[in-house]
Amino acid sequence: MNAIAADTNAAADVWTEQDTTPAAIEEALRDLLRVRHAANQGLAPARVLNLVVVVDCDSKQEIASRLRRVGRYHASRTILCAVQPGRSTLDARVVMSYEQPEDPAGFGLIREIVEIDMGPDHLDRLQTIVDPVIVSDLPTMVWSPHGYDQTFEALSELTDVVLFDSDDEPDVTDAFSRARSQLHLSYVVDLAWLRTTPWRERLAASFDPRQRRPALYEITEFAIRHCVGASASALLLAGWLCSRLDWEASALSATDADTFEGTISADGRMVELRIEPVEQEAPGLAGVTISSAVGFSLSLDRGPGGLRAHAERDGQERTWKVLGHSRGEAGILGEGVRQALLRDPTYGPALAAAARFR
Amino acid sequence: MATASAQPAVQQEVNPLVGGLERLPVHPTAMTIFGATGDLAHRKILPALYNLAHDGSLPERFELIGIARSPHSDEDFRDLARASIQRFSRTKPDPDVLDALLADLRYLPGSFDDADVYRRIGQTLTEFEERDGQPLNRIFYLSTAPQFFPVIVTALGEADLARREGVETHIVIEKPFGYRLDSAKELNRTVLEVFEEDQVYRIDHYLGKETVQNLLAFRFANALFEPVWNRNYIDNVQITAAEDIGIERRASYYEHAGALRDLVQNHMLQLLALLAIEPPASFEANRLRDEKVKLLESIPPPTPRDVSKVALRAQYGPGVSEGEPVPGYRQEEGVDPHSRTETYVALRLGISNWRWAGVPFYLRTGKRLSRKVTEIAVTLKPVPHLALKTEGSVGVLPNQVILMVQPDEGVSVSLGAKIPGPRLRIRPVNMEFHYGTSFMSQSPEAYERLILDAMRGDATLFTRNDEIEALWGIIDPVLSVWREDTRSPIRQYAAGSSGPAAASSILLPGNEWRRL
Repeated sequence: MNAIAADTNAAADVWTEQDTTPAAIEEALRDLLRVRHAANQGLAPARVLNLVVVVDCDSKQEIASRLRRVGRYHASRTILCAVQPGRSTLDARVVMSYEQPEDPAGFGLIREIVEIDMGPDHLDRLQTIVDPVIVSDLPTMVWSPHGYDQTFEALSELTDVVLFDSDDEPDVTDAFSRARSQLHLSYVVDLAWLRTTPWRERLAASFDPRQRRPALYEITEFAIRHCVGASASALLLAGWLCSRLDWEASALSATDADTFEGTISADGRMVELRIEPVEQEAPGLAGVTISSAVGFSLSLDRGPGGLRAHAERDGQERTWKVLGHSRGEAGILGEGVRQALLRDPTYGPALAAAARFR
Repeated sequence: MATASAQPAVQQEVNPLVGGLERLPVHPTAMTIFGATGDLAHRKILPALYNLAHDGSLPERFELIGIARSPHSDEDFRDLARASIQRFSRTKPDPDVLDALLADLRYLPGSFDDADVYRRIGQTLTEFEERDGQPLNRIFYLSTAPQFFPVIVTALGEADLARREGVETHIVIEKPFGYRLDSAKELNRTVLEVFEEDQVYRIDHYLGKETVQNLLAFRFANALFEPVWNRNYIDNVQITAAEDIGIERRASYYEHAGALRDLVQNHMLQLLALLAIEPPASFEANRLRDEKVKLLESIPPPTPRDVSKVALRAQYGPGVSEGEPVPGYRQEEGVDPHSRTETYVALRLGISNWRWAGVPFYLRTGKRLSRKVTEIAVTLKPVPHLALKTEGSVGVLPNQVILMVQPDEGVSVSLGAKIPGPRLRIRPVNMEFHYGTSFMSQSPEAYERLILDAMRGDATLFTRNDEIEALWGIIDPVLSVWREDTRSPIRQYAAGSSGPAAASSILLPGNEWRRL
């Protein structure tokens, strides 16, 4: 080991080594923990989740920065594998950060970040590099935001959860296909799906009062507005409504990469479905409109402090604000990490329906 | 084209869109807070409502009415609410969400016994419903001094606000619910003359704490502990709620309450109940509360003759806390210099059922103790035969399971382990689990959970009428004996200490208090 800083006033202990081995990294983790725990027994390592991230070397800092901004939903041990063309050795840096407890009798959390610089050839044998470094018995989530799809196969034996962002893929059909394949192997957390969460919650709430329920079975039109580049989220939201209401999802016509429209069969009725991009700075969805044959229509549109709701019922119009703070992209990534510990049974059916739209 | 009526009735009963959602819908609601300018509303209720709004958990239509005697305008109350939220909110307020939450808030000044206040409440609720175009569920939240509870309940009934066709009306009543068993019964009678029991949500915010709810998970999701959770293996149970602070300007409340009413009658007995209940058939509100009532009714109230043997009271005197000299209770501002109000209670209870017969349950609580800690310590019986030598070590001690409630939240199990070396010597070691190390999420404030549950109509974490009477029934004899005893001196303990040494007098032979 070449560097362990064990200053009790520091907020992090760091170990680095060039041309290292997984065994040396694992030993460094154990040594850092032992030293830190001996210095302050009130510090305990978080033991929730391993997160393995495989990224381009050039984007390592950007991804590290995104992971730092996730708020309270940090993985306990993050292993950031940066792939550098031409590299044949492993360089590693272990950072053990901790919060000194304010109360001397209290306790503080230790979180571990392991950065490993590697070459493309290491990816095929990634399991032998990562396996010694993860915390055994904790669920392991794998995220490969820059492609490197061989990561999933290489780590298949270690992987409990895969993190995707279907909105990040250049082709939404490929994105859904990849997510569906992966669903057979592990649990999938899709950030594109998580961008739909507040919309699903609000639509569910809108039809929750019993007097509104009949309108749910009389929907004639469902329009989704989204930021350019978020068509996967929009299709997943449409797929969700289809799967929850047992509609028959079928192919929509696409006028461009972000605009889809068509008619689908809903229990003998036809429902017009339209997905279109709008100008919006924030990524994700911008608005939805649902119209039904019983004289009820509802629009929800993103706005400051929540969603602007506009309803028409029997010729009467009402507008109000549905309260809620926007999570932002950092919040959505944090939510993705948190979702690794949960299981959402509605994503699979929504994904299957969304795939049929293409 | 199919019509709505073609859908089976059952299908329309269930909302198909809620499957898989973490945040379930809440019906559009109007909440009326009585005592809206008071300390509880200021510190807890309004910040909790903001956090629910921030997280998107409030219903799509949420209206708020504040009632208090102070002559404020809507605008004044909006400013007060904003200041409370900005100071006490768990999350940093988003100005857009905060503005939207407070935009339509109404404030109705008036006395709680003034019929015109209730007429204006009804009128405002009707205005809200007309504007929102739909019926709103109604929550009346009583956050006033307890003497106003029956006044408000009766007035709500007289104003015909207690129920309304097509919507749910719930009343949330803060603690203390009653002052003694007879007053609790009387208040129950008054409330139940106006409301049905399933409309009533008696709040004990302790039950909204994640760690308290986790007692149920600990008990009923782990096969490891259940086989030893009985009189055959457990020697004694100690429940401690120690505070390092004094009464903090709450003299007017505390002088009338005392530690027994303030903490033992509600929080600590609830902890005892959750620790000791039989497994409920389900966690539906009434199934769980049935089990709690069964357990509480199995605790024999101390007889007047036994009170001095099983209960001990004391007051903190001057002392040193965190290195600073602090006054005694009788020297605190607003406290009678001859006050007999207890700031410390130690109590021994038993449970007369097959599982727990003979196991002492010790409860102790106090203010101005050496440290702040709430925990349940379950001490198992010693091993029946000791083949291991104890010479040269502290030896084999009984296993303990410590359920930590605050400030740290978690579970600690003490085990005997071999001391490294050539000899087989044993000392206790701890196996610890801290919530913070194993869950990423921050626990919501207890009030957020409870307000949301009251809006949803889930009474699992609220106290039922028979439960509240069972709780009072356990401590009522102690209150009677202490009230009638006006001559014995009240024991004093130094502020900043671990309490009166005499607290050991209520312990059974062989038991000792766990160090704070």
